[in-house]
Amino acid sequence: MGQTCRDKNGENIDVTTSSSADAFVEFERVQKSYDGENLVVKDLNLSLPKGEFLTMLGPSGSGKTTCLMMLAGFETATHGDIRLDGKSINNIPPHKRGIGMVFQNYALFPHMTVAENLSFPLEVRKMGKSDREAKVKRALDMVQMGSFAGRRPAQLSGGQQQRIALSRALVFEPELVLMDEPLGALDKQLRETLQFEITNLAHQLGITTVYVTHDQTEALTMSDRVAVFDDGRIQQLAAPDTLYEQPENSFVAQFIGENNTLEGVIEAIKGDMARVKLDSGDVIVAKPINVSKAGERTRVSIRPERVEYNKDRISDDALTLKAEVLEFVYMGDIFRTRLRVAGKDDFIIKTRNAPDVERLKPGQQIEIGWLPEDCRALDA
Amino acid sequence: MTDNVANGPMLAADGTSLKSSLNRALRRQKLRALMLIAPLLIFVLLTFVAPIVDMLFRSVENQIVSDTLPRTVASLKDWDEEGDTLPPPETYKALYEDIFVAKERKLHTRLGSRLNYELTGMSSLFRKTGRRVEDMGEVYQDQFEDLNPFWKDAENWNPVMGAPAWVTAQNAWTKASGRPQPAFVPNPAIADILPQTAAKFALFADFVQNEDNDNLSKTDPWAVVYSALYDDLSTGADISGYTGPGAQELQEAAAVVASFETVDFSAAMTKVDKDWSSLDVWQTLKVYSPDFTSGYFLNSIDMQKSVDGPEMRPENQQFYIRLFVRTLIMSLVITGSCILLGYPVGFILANLPSKTANLLMILVLLPFWTSLLVRTSAWKVMLQQQGVVNDTLVWLGLVADDSRLALINNSTGTVIAMTHILLPFMILPLYSVMKTIPVSYVRAAKSLGATNWTAFWRVYFPQSVPGIGAGSILVFILSIGYYITPEIVGGTSGSFISNQIAYHISSSLNWGLAAALGAILLVVVMGLYWAYDRIVGIDNVKLGG
Repeated sequence: MGQTCRDKNGENIDVTTSSSADAFVEFERVQKSYDGENLVVKDLNLSLPKGEFLTMLGPSGSGKTTCLMMLAGFETATHGDIRLDGKSINNIPPHKRGIGMVFQNYALFPHMTVAENLSFPLEVRKMGKSDREAKVKRALDMVQMGSFAGRRPAQLSGGQQQRIALSRALVFEPELVLMDEPLGALDKQLRETLQFEITNLAHQLGITTVYVTHDQTEALTMSDRVAVFDDGRIQQLAAPDTLYEQPENSFVAQFIGENNTLEGVIEAIKGDMARVKLDSGDVIVAKPINVSKAGERTRVSIRPERVEYNKDRISDDALTLKAEVLEFVYMGDIFRTRLRVAGKDDFIIKTRNAPDVERLKPGQQIEIGWLPEDCRALDA
Repeated sequence: MTDNVANGPMLAADGTSLKSSLNRALRRQKLRALMLIAPLLIFVLLTFVAPIVDMLFRSVENQIVSDTLPRTVASLKDWDEEGDTLPPPETYKALYEDIFVAKERKLHTRLGSRLNYELTGMSSLFRKTGRRVEDMGEVYQDQFEDLNPFWKDAENWNPVMGAPAWVTAQNAWTKASGRPQPAFVPNPAIADILPQTAAKFALFADFVQNEDNDNLSKTDPWAVVYSALYDDLSTGADISGYTGPGAQELQEAAAVVASFETVDFSAAMTKVDKDWSSLDVWQTLKVYSPDFTSGYFLNSIDMQKSVDGPEMRPENQQFYIRLFVRTLIMSLVITGSCILLGYPVGFILANLPSKTANLLMILVLLPFWTSLLVRTSAWKVMLQQQGVVNDTLVWLGLVADDSRLALINNSTGTVIAMTHILLPFMILPLYSVMKTIPVSYVRAAKSLGATNWTAFWRVYFPQSVPGIGAGSILVFILSIGYYITPEIVGGTSGSFISNQIAYHISSSLNWGLAAALGAILLVVVMGLYWAYDRIVGIDNVKLGG
């Protein structure tokens, strides 16, 4: 599958071939500009196979929704080619693309009942009445909303409305479903239930899903792969675990999960190890990701839960840093401790709440360390 | 809580009923709210509701007949208007007295014009009769005065008819004193013996003192007083017991009154105008004698009152129903063209970026900031036969020079000008409703496979219906009562019912008819509003939000 990432000069490097044989949806060198001056989407290359659940994740204004709208046909690409099942769909109007879509505000037609809403896509496809009724019933049962057929959308709760919107997008059996922040307006608990339901449905029905969200937890829990968008580009496209554990650049590292950064200069690179001299003068070892030569500035990234302060667990040859405990927060399942490290006082470590774990006290002086492969030297 | 419900009303913490406790808590709030709206409420009541109620009242009010001709109306009560005999002589005599008094008070012409609405010729009949009525009763006055010059002078009449104390006060009063004239107090003895004379004299005294502001001591009685005296004496009034002032003269007159020359009022009236011997005139008087009448309303729907009840007016006098229907149809046409022209504009406004939309909005609102009269007059320039539109059409060769289109002073002109003037009232509600329809609905419809048209017709349009409803109600109700534009560009075939109302208010002064037409218009509009509520639902009307 086409895996694209970007080096420090912003050039796209195709990790594998950009157009693999099993690609179902493909973006090829797609650009989009609204005003003719700024590009909202810059040179997008993306391909996903049938049945994949892909999430476009990014801050607002990163171009992810624009990409979705271009795929749905509501925006036209300024440049480039979008292919669906091998055919270019640039000039196909939205209603002929056969793509199901779920909107953030549900977009259920308020003047129609639930059943009428679901029957709408079947009606415009000139399906017979009995077929329609059977399909509507099945689609409603699929989301456990069978008894709500006669209600109006306004009489339903947000979660129920989103279930209906989902089943409406699926009722005409599209092969591709697009979801534009569908759970954004729901409360946390409902969101988690629906995340689970949506992934289950998508996998059961074997449909390809492109899901847009700005919620990283949602992206990580639901997707087969996540495309992290920023500044009109895909910063990294990878499976959730890769994304979290092996961010390709400092934006991804910052954006996904909690992250500690230490800034410094590369002193030397030897194989997959780099010596980094931090601005405070301390020297650490990190894994070079997108730094290439000595003298380059870098941002070293390390996850809070990968930091160790129990001397027994730090290997003897590892480089350690001195730290002062500033704050200790008890969060139930974990402890969250804020430290001053290398002159920065926003260094966070997380430790699992276990009987043998020491609870740190503010003012305490400790030494911290980590495995070199958990510490990634990224672009500054 | 359930216990409380089961055992009776819910109680507040201090044991009083929760409901009254809540009411008390809210009373102050309600009072303050009421006080805040009170100025507007009073203003509206005084300047809007009260005049409308008064106007509506005028549409049925008809007291002018019984006020002006009280005796005639009373006397006509027993007359059978469906028969073919004229009223009895007593009615004519009552009519003489009424018209005499009315003429003195200058009310007879007003009544004439009122009755002229119902029967042509009534106005001149009353005016003519008013001119001649003075002479009619003088036969009696002359005979009394010939009998004894005593009856000539006011100084002699006052002591006879008035109470002694009042006579003294009246004689002492002068205009120069500046004090009000002492109000006439009848002499009780005379009022018993000569009731008709006393009644007429009281009328006369009241008129002289309060309406004419003349000195009652120096004004000679009306001729009707003499004829009333003749009536009293000739019907055998017993004056033998009377010893007050003028007793001697009264007895003298009573002795010879039987030999007086009499007046046949029915003949005299007929002599003044032969219309007084026409059944039509008397039937009209009788039909319109009650204090309240449906006549104006019947008139408004081309009917008239007759002795056999309401009936349609003759074909060539039918006018108002046609006008009502025309007003309704043209208002519908105007509303329809406003929808057709306004819908796309509202749609574009709602879907443009706000910067461009604001500019366009100014163009929409521009007519609002221009005087209505200027806009209407501009249409006059545009649409006339030698106007801009016709000139352009001729220049383009679409219309021959000798067959220029008649675009003004007819219904076409009214529809064109009013559509233009009322268009903002359609666009604004449409815009504000369309603005609230999220773009995602149409997108959702398209993603579900609907073509542009299906997405519009099945998804967008139904949601814009509340805007159409609000705009239509505004435009329709405004246009159904519109006045200035039809007046200026409508000519005869493009005028509305409101132009007739204005005509009756300001030109023909038939306020009753104007009020009835207005009341019917009000009822029609409210009826349509009700029908709209039943069919579309007022909840479905949105002005935005």
